[in-house]
Amino acid sequence: MKEKNEDTWAIETTDLVKHFGDNRAVDGVNLKVKKGSIYGVLGPNGAGKTTAIRMLTTLLKPDAGTANVLGFDVIKDANQVKQRISLTGQFASLDEDLSGLENMVMIGRLLGFSRKEAKQRGMELLMAFGLQDAAKRQVKNYSGGMRRRLDIAASIIVSPEILFLDEPTTGLDPRSRNQVWDIIRLLVDAGTTVLLTTQYLDEADQLADRIAVIDHGEVIAEGTSSELKASVGSGKLHVRVLNPDMRDRAAEILKESIEADVHLASDPLVITAQVSDHSRVARALTALESAEITMTDFSLGQPSLDEVFLTLTGKPAEAENEVEEVEETA
Amino acid sequence: MSQSMNQNEAIKQALSNHSRPKQASALSTCMTFSGRMLLKIKYVPEQLFDVTAFPVIYLLMFTYLFGGAIAGSTSAYLQFVLPGILVMTVVMITMYTGIELNNDIKKGVFDRFRTLPIWSPSVLIGALIVDVVRYSLASTIMLILGYALGFRADGGLLGILLGLATLLFFAFSISWIWTSLSLVMRSEKSLMAASMAILFPITFVSNVFVAPETMPSWLESFVNVNPISLLVDTVRGFMDGTPDYTALIWVVVVSVLLIAIFSPLTMYLYKKK
Ligand SMILES: Nc1ncnc2c1ncn2[C@@H]1O[C@H](COP(=O)(O)OP(=O)(O)OP(=O)(O)O)[C@@H](O)[C@H]1O
Ligand SMILES: [Mg+2]
Repeated sequence: MKEKNEDTWAIETTDLVKHFGDNRAVDGVNLKVKKGSIYGVLGPNGAGKTTAIRMLTTLLKPDAGTANVLGFDVIKDANQVKQRISLTGQFASLDEDLSGLENMVMIGRLLGFSRKEAKQRGMELLMAFGLQDAAKRQVKNYSGGMRRRLDIAASIIVSPEILFLDEPTTGLDPRSRNQVWDIIRLLVDAGTTVLLTTQYLDEADQLADRIAVIDHGEVIAEGTSSELKASVGSGKLHVRVLNPDMRDRAAEILKESIEADVHLASDPLVITAQVSDHSRVARALTALESAEITMTDFSLGQPSLDEVFLTLTGKPAEAENEVEEVEETA
Repeated sequence: MSQSMNQNEAIKQALSNHSRPKQASALSTCMTFSGRMLLKIKYVPEQLFDVTAFPVIYLLMFTYLFGGAIAGSTSAYLQFVLPGILVMTVVMITMYTGIELNNDIKKGVFDRFRTLPIWSPSVLIGALIVDVVRYSLASTIMLILGYALGFRADGGLLGILLGLATLLFFAFSISWIWTSLSLVMRSEKSLMAASMAILFPITFVSNVFVAPETMPSWLESFVNVNPISLLVDTVRGFMDGTPDYTALIWVVVVSVLLIAIFSPLTMYLYKKK
């Protein structure tokens, strides 16, 4: 069977551009997102993630280029696009003054359900997302995690063909973040295509089939997470010794066993090293232990977004906020 | 652990429901948006302060402040001034329509509204419908207080209702100016200032407080063509049982023009935002 383009690509953009004055928020972005996949758009603050999503969801008119969503042009066929997508914006797309259930009923009604059906569907989703106890509470009194879940629930009252999630887990604690990840995976299992933006490589890695890294409105790398990581190296080894006197010795052993440069951090107990080969990490641990160096931490972190940027652009990401290491103490 | 398994089952179950209802009608989405505004009033009833307090304050203040000086007695003045103050109060209150929208539209929920496949003006029309309800509430409060103070409408209940209907229609029309302005102005403060700059002159330089015959002729000629004066003439005429149909026609013409100009402009600005 021969497939036409619009049958394969859920989203396809060519040279998409949006400038705000001199600010090249989105500067010639080409994306191809396969139906039924999770696509991650990774970038620091101000990279142009939200601007790109706003154009794809018909909220913002591109200055140049084209964007097709499920074969429909976002400008000419905006209404066709709207019927098939949902957006969970970076800042909750909910009415804070209304209760969770009232939000669900309102959106259900707007989508064409009767009052009774809207209430039923609303309750069903609130229960599925563990929000039944908060159904009657005003959303402004929800925690960040609850708000996110409600926002996603509101986006799937009618299952969309594509769900756009703008930084769905920024600001969430690890537990809430895991809940959101689970929900996203289930959505994709049920056949929805998901495009999500994130500032965390770790998140893109966990969820996305393919990742586009963007900076200053341009795609600077695209591929599967293993492709991207291969270009960056496996990650950063973090060693913390008990006694500062032992650090120099530990650094020496480490350097030998992983065959890479080690870095003495400003903390007198800490050594870090960039590793490209996991098997050497195990070797390093054995070597340190046989040398009887007591450690309080020995962990391998994911390469941070900063490191990805450093590798891809040769300069650090200009994000204001630190991207923290993800792994906890072993 | 098993709880989260159940949770996942429940989510799967909810996701397997692929029912897609027929697109909501424009009427139904307008009503849903009206419902949204009513719910907001339910949570913060103080929002009704303007429509309950202003009628009382204005009526008492102007009747007793000017009554003696302008008409010789407060009761004679009340009879003259009530329809005018009613018009002034409701027209002043329409300003809050814009302020409310200016605040509301900055909220994230508008992104969701805009990505829903609905007739986009309904979010604004729904809000305006509730505003018309608010204006009716203000009018009712003022009329009840007026009756308690001795006002009598010779035009009877029908006169009152016809007067109110004209007033509410005009209020609905002028609200579109504020919705347009609220989409252009970036801050609530500047919006307030701009609205005041329009409203103060047109409500005060009118026949609300005094008959135009007492004014210098250059002023009188302005006052006579001021739409607020025409509206006051219409409402006064209906309530006094001496309908002024010329004024009524002008009010309807002005109202229709306002809607014809400012509702498309509002929608254009809303879509562009
Ligand atoms: N409406 C606007 N007017 C002017 N400039 C804008 C507007 N929206 C975004 N920008 C600018 O465009 C650039 C990209 O912004 P955008 O919000 O798309 O970034 P982002 O990747 O979503 O960042 P974040 O991670 O902080 O959400 C930024 O420099 C921002 O200041
Ligand atoms: Mg953003």
